[in-house]
Amino acid sequence: MAETSVRNFNINFGPQHPAAHGVLRLVLELDGEVVDRVDPHIGLLHRGTEKLIEHKTYLQAVPYLDRLDYCAPMNQEHAFALAAERLLGIEVPKRGQLIRVLYCEIGRIMSHILNVTTQALDVGALTPPLWGFVEREKLMVFYERASGSRMHAAYFRPGGVHQDLPQKLVEDIGKWIDPFLKSLDDLDALLTGNRIFKQRNVDIGTVSLADAWAWGFSGVMVRGSGAAWDLRKSQPYECYAEMDFDIPIGKNGDCFDRYLVRMEEMRQSAKIMRQCIDLLLGKESSGPVSNLDGKVVPPKRPAMKRSMEALIHHFKLYTEGYRVPAGEVYAAVEAPKGEFGVYLVSDGTNKPYRCKLRAPGFAHLQAMDFLCRGHMLADVTAVLGSLDIVFGEVDR
Amino acid sequence: MSIPLSELSTYLGEKLIGRVNDPVLAYGELTVSVEPRDLIEVATFLRDDPKCQFISIIDVCGADYPSRAKRFDVVYHLLSPKQNVRIRLKVQANEETMVPSLTGVYPGADWFERETYDLYGVLFSGHPDLRRILTDYGFEGHPLRKDFPLTGFVEVRYDDEAKRVIYEPVELKQEFRNFDFLSPWEGTDYVLPGDEKAKQ
Repeated sequence: MAETSVRNFNINFGPQHPAAHGVLRLVLELDGEVVDRVDPHIGLLHRGTEKLIEHKTYLQAVPYLDRLDYCAPMNQEHAFALAAERLLGIEVPKRGQLIRVLYCEIGRIMSHILNVTTQALDVGALTPPLWGFVEREKLMVFYERASGSRMHAAYFRPGGVHQDLPQKLVEDIGKWIDPFLKSLDDLDALLTGNRIFKQRNVDIGTVSLADAWAWGFSGVMVRGSGAAWDLRKSQPYECYAEMDFDIPIGKNGDCFDRYLVRMEEMRQSAKIMRQCIDLLLGKESSGPVSNLDGKVVPPKRPAMKRSMEALIHHFKLYTEGYRVPAGEVYAAVEAPKGEFGVYLVSDGTNKPYRCKLRAPGFAHLQAMDFLCRGHMLADVTAVLGSLDIVFGEVDR
Repeated sequence: MSIPLSELSTYLGEKLIGRVNDPVLAYGELTVSVEPRDLIEVATFLRDDPKCQFISIIDVCGADYPSRAKRFDVVYHLLSPKQNVRIRLKVQANEETMVPSLTGVYPGADWFERETYDLYGVLFSGHPDLRRILTDYGFEGHPLRKDFPLTGFVEVRYDDEAKRVIYEPVELKQEFRNFDFLSPWEGTDYVLPGDEKAKQ
């Protein structure tokens, strides 16, 4: 047989590929079906969030944070609110903290349901997303009932949360937990033992713990590799220190372990939610939900109708905003996808001087080349799915 | 086991004499300044020293202070999961300074440095692939610099005749409104329009 010249093959994966989870363009260099090199091109969703925040007051910056990781919007707001609160030196009352923790865990479950089920979709299973989205939809309704918006909530604001929760809503969230755990078990039965799902995920995209740290991984990406590292435990913020929950970790650092960690994290989140609800209905059933410092948190509407002082403060806080003392802080939260951090520099005016948003997905995606080299083309989607990428936060 | 930041600060001062400068402890965070030429050495020490073990690079970002001679700060956030502490390194640079790339110490610095280059124009020496990352192919300028306008210089639209997306200079239908929120009630150092008459 005549010798044929063999050359590597370059293909474009995305930007309009359903398994790219958004607008990712991967330039893949293939040797047969084996991936030789991956060059992710990002920035197709770059909106200049950091630049925009520099031109807005601290309160006006909050909605931009929702538009980063739009699978779990409130977790992003949380980091910004924590950073601003640390610069301002104000505390959040207990009830406000519980509401925040409750909604952060709702966000975590929302994000993990989306990720686990779409990862299954990427490797060929259609049923999990259909089942998972039923529960996810209910969570979005809880978002809407608290903030008026299904996704872009703008609910966590520096000082606390925007409005108190009605008691009926807290009760309804409590009633949601048990049926959810049941449907999570169904999802588990559908996927965990599934032969095809295992074949596509076990031993794919393995990361050692040392590599995970050096690449700047966080969240599920390091826990899947065996580190019991969770900012909610190791550097607790809000009232996470008082909550009772466990950190699931993986053993092998492959896609399947990361899937298992996410499944268990949802159960732990449900456990935290139940503790919050018990407190919100019991000991902390009333009380302020945001700081009472009238120079930072705008007055409530009834107060404005009666008090001239409150009216003036309302006007001033929604136009000029508050001045934040000069300084710089880095506040990080354990977002569903990993460590989401806000590096906030204030120069003492009413607008942030610099607001760097540290997105976990950005650090994870840059390791695509490292993770996929030597894998088959079909594994690229499995790895990408288990990295849990959302382009809102990667491109900012 | 975590060591207090003040102890870490003095420890670094002893071990890296003259290479880490003016440590600042504020808001429970430690910030140290490093000269560009010492950066690799300091980062390697921080990563390998058993008392530090900053094995994870969390973030690299820029910040622009146009009034300074060296206008940029390159800010590194490192995390030590063993000691459970964070540290912030700051390197000052201008448009020409070559900041050594940390990709050799932390592979994860790669994209963060590309982003800093893209948004601020800080140059990194020894970086394997210093391309733009977030902005469009063929973009000009560095958008996060303070002298770059919020509206940018060009806008895109689809041109039906050329059958492609084209770039044009920005044309605003309405002037960009930059409200001056500085409070007239808390005393200003400028004269509000109309107030000059009151003095006469």
